[in-house]
Amino acid sequence: MLRKKRNLIPFLFLILLFLATITASWWLPVSPSFMDSSLRLMAPSSEHWFGTDHFGRDIFGQTIIAARVSLLVGFTVALLSTILGTVTGLIAGYYKKLDSIIMRIIDGMLAFPSLLLALALVAALGGSITNIIIALTFSFWPVMTRVVRSSVLQVKNIQYVEAAKTSGVKDPVILSRYILPNVLSPIIVQGTFIFAKSILAEAALSFLGVGVEPSIPTWGNMLQEAQIYMTMAPWFSIFPGIFIVITVLALNILGDGLRDAFDPYAKGKKKAKRRPFKRKEQIAS
Amino acid sequence: MSESLLEIRDLKMHFPMKQGVFQRTKNEVKAVNGVSFTVNKGETLGIVGESGCGKSTLARTIVGLLKPTSGDILFEGESILQYNAKEFHRLRRNIQMVYQDPFTSLNPRMRAGDIISAPLKAYNQTDNLKNRVLELMDLVGLKAEDYHKLPHQFSGGQRQRIGIARALALNPKLIILDEPVSALDVSVQAQVINLLEDLQEELGLTYLFIAHDLSVIRHISDKVGVMYLGKMMELSESESLYKNARHPYTNALLSAIPIPSSAREKKRERIVLTGELPSPSEPPSGCVFHTRCPFATEFCKGNVPAFDVDEDNSPGHYVSCFYPMDNKREEFARQ
Repeated sequence: MLRKKRNLIPFLFLILLFLATITASWWLPVSPSFMDSSLRLMAPSSEHWFGTDHFGRDIFGQTIIAARVSLLVGFTVALLSTILGTVTGLIAGYYKKLDSIIMRIIDGMLAFPSLLLALALVAALGGSITNIIIALTFSFWPVMTRVVRSSVLQVKNIQYVEAAKTSGVKDPVILSRYILPNVLSPIIVQGTFIFAKSILAEAALSFLGVGVEPSIPTWGNMLQEAQIYMTMAPWFSIFPGIFIVITVLALNILGDGLRDAFDPYAKGKKKAKRRPFKRKEQIAS
Repeated sequence: MSESLLEIRDLKMHFPMKQGVFQRTKNEVKAVNGVSFTVNKGETLGIVGESGCGKSTLARTIVGLLKPTSGDILFEGESILQYNAKEFHRLRRNIQMVYQDPFTSLNPRMRAGDIISAPLKAYNQTDNLKNRVLELMDLVGLKAEDYHKLPHQFSGGQRQRIGIARALALNPKLIILDEPVSALDVSVQAQVINLLEDLQEELGLTYLFIAHDLSVIRHISDKVGVMYLGKMMELSESESLYKNARHPYTNALLSAIPIPSSAREKKRERIVLTGELPSPSEPPSGCVFHTRCPFATEFCKGNVPAFDVDEDNSPGHYVSCFYPMDNKREEFARQ
C-alpha cells in the first residue's frame, strides 16, 4: 500500500511531524515559549520562519510543539473509540438479543451532533486534555460500533462461522479468531478517519475556548488567540491553520489508501488495468 | 445386524415470515414439513431433492444449528432436543458436518493446520495436537507441508479435504455431508467420493449424504431418500430405488441422468416435469407433487398420501403416492 506515492507522501509527513514534535526541544533554536516584547507580531523572516505572535514568541516553534497535543488527542481518541467500538460492535452484531439493547443506546448517542456532545461533556467535566479525550471518545465510538456491527452481521452468516459452531468452538473463540480477523479492515480504515476527525474536533473545541487550557499551545488555542490579529498579522492564524489542514488531509488520504488496499474488488480492478505496464517494466529490467 | 444411530421422527422446521412495522408473523416457510427416517450404524443414507426442497435445512436441524418446530431427533436412542447446552456440546462431537462450498466454509485467515485443530482445541484434546492433525491430514490425502498454508493456496478439492479432516478430527459417529461435491469439478468429485468411501470403511463412519443429483449418490448410498418441498417422497434401499422407482418424481429425476453410452443415450426417454417448483410458504393441497405430476387426479388434490410401504411386493420401499408406479415406467414414459 505504501508503495503508491499517493499513500507514501502523507505517511512520511505524519511520521516526520511526529518525530519533529517529540524532539522539538532539542533542535529548536529558540524555545517556543520564550517571549521577546521587542519582536511582537513580526512577519515571517529567515530568523522566524512563520513570524512571531503577540508576545513575540516564535510561531514556527509553537506550531511544531502544538502538534503534540493534536497527535496525542487524535491517536488516543482513535485508539479508545476503536477498542470500545469493536467490543460493543462485535457483541451487538453477534448476539441478537443484546443487539437491540446496545444499538438503541448507540443510536441515542448518535442522535447528538458529535461536536455538540463533546462541547457539553467538556463544559460539564472542565477543559483538560484528559477530559477532551473522554468527551471525543464518547462522541466517536458510536460510529465505530455501527461500522463493526454491520461488518459482523455480514461475516457471521458466512459458512465458516457455522462450521466452527458445529465443531463445538465456543463463542469467545468464534468472535476473536473467526469474526474479528475478517472485519479488521473496516475497523482500521474507520480508526484512521476518527484520528483525523478528532484532531479537527480538538482544534474546534480549543478555538471555541472550551478545549485544552490556554497555557498549553495547541493549534486550536493558537487560532483562538490569533483571531483578533487576523488583519494585522495573518501569519499568526494561517500557519497553524495550514498544519491542521495538511495533517487531516494526510490522515484522510491514508484512510482512503487503506480502504483501497483492503477492498478486494478495487484491488482486482486496478491489477487488471496495470498488468500490461508491469510486464513492460519486467522486460526492461 | 444393524442398529439405528439416528432417527428422525416427523420433523418439521417452519420459518416464520415477518412483515410490517410490528413484525407480525404473516406466513410460514415450511422448509421441512414432516420427515421421518432412520440411519443405521455404518450405513450411508443419501438424500436427494431439488434446490429449496429442505435438504440443507434438515442437515442444519440435525446438527443443532436450528431448533425444529416440532418432531423429534433421536441419536443412539436418546432425544437430543431435550439436551441442555452442556449435554449438547458433548453430543456435538459425535455429529459433524462437511459443507457444500469449500470456499466459504474455511476461515480465510486461518492456516490449514489451525482449521483442522480447531475442533480438537474446542474439546481440550490438546495432547499431541500437531501429530493428530498431521495424521488427519495424511488420512485425507494432504501433505505435511500443507500445514502452514492458507485456504486460498489450495484447490477446491484440497479445500474440501481440509473440511473433511476437520469433520473427522473428533472421531464422530455420524458425518452429515451437505452436498460435499456439488461445488467441485466432475473429476475431483470422484476422488472425493472415493475418499469418503475409504474413510467410511476404515473408520466405520455413518454418513448422511445430501445431494441434488441421483447419479452422485448412487455410488455411495445404501439407502436413498427423495425429498420434494420439505417432504419425503420415496425412501428405500438404493438398489430397489434405482431399479424400481415407485414415485413419479423419482422417475422423473432418474430419467434426467445421462447414460455414458451414445447409443443408449440417444434412446433415453426423458420425463420433463412441467411448471415451477411451488413456493414452500404455500405448498399445494393434498399431495404436494400434484401440480407437476403427470399422473395426478382430482383425488390427489384433496388428500395427502401416507408415507407407506408395500411389504408384499417391495419390502422396505417407502413411498408417498396414491398411484405408485410399479414396473410401469415404459407406460409412463410414453405419456
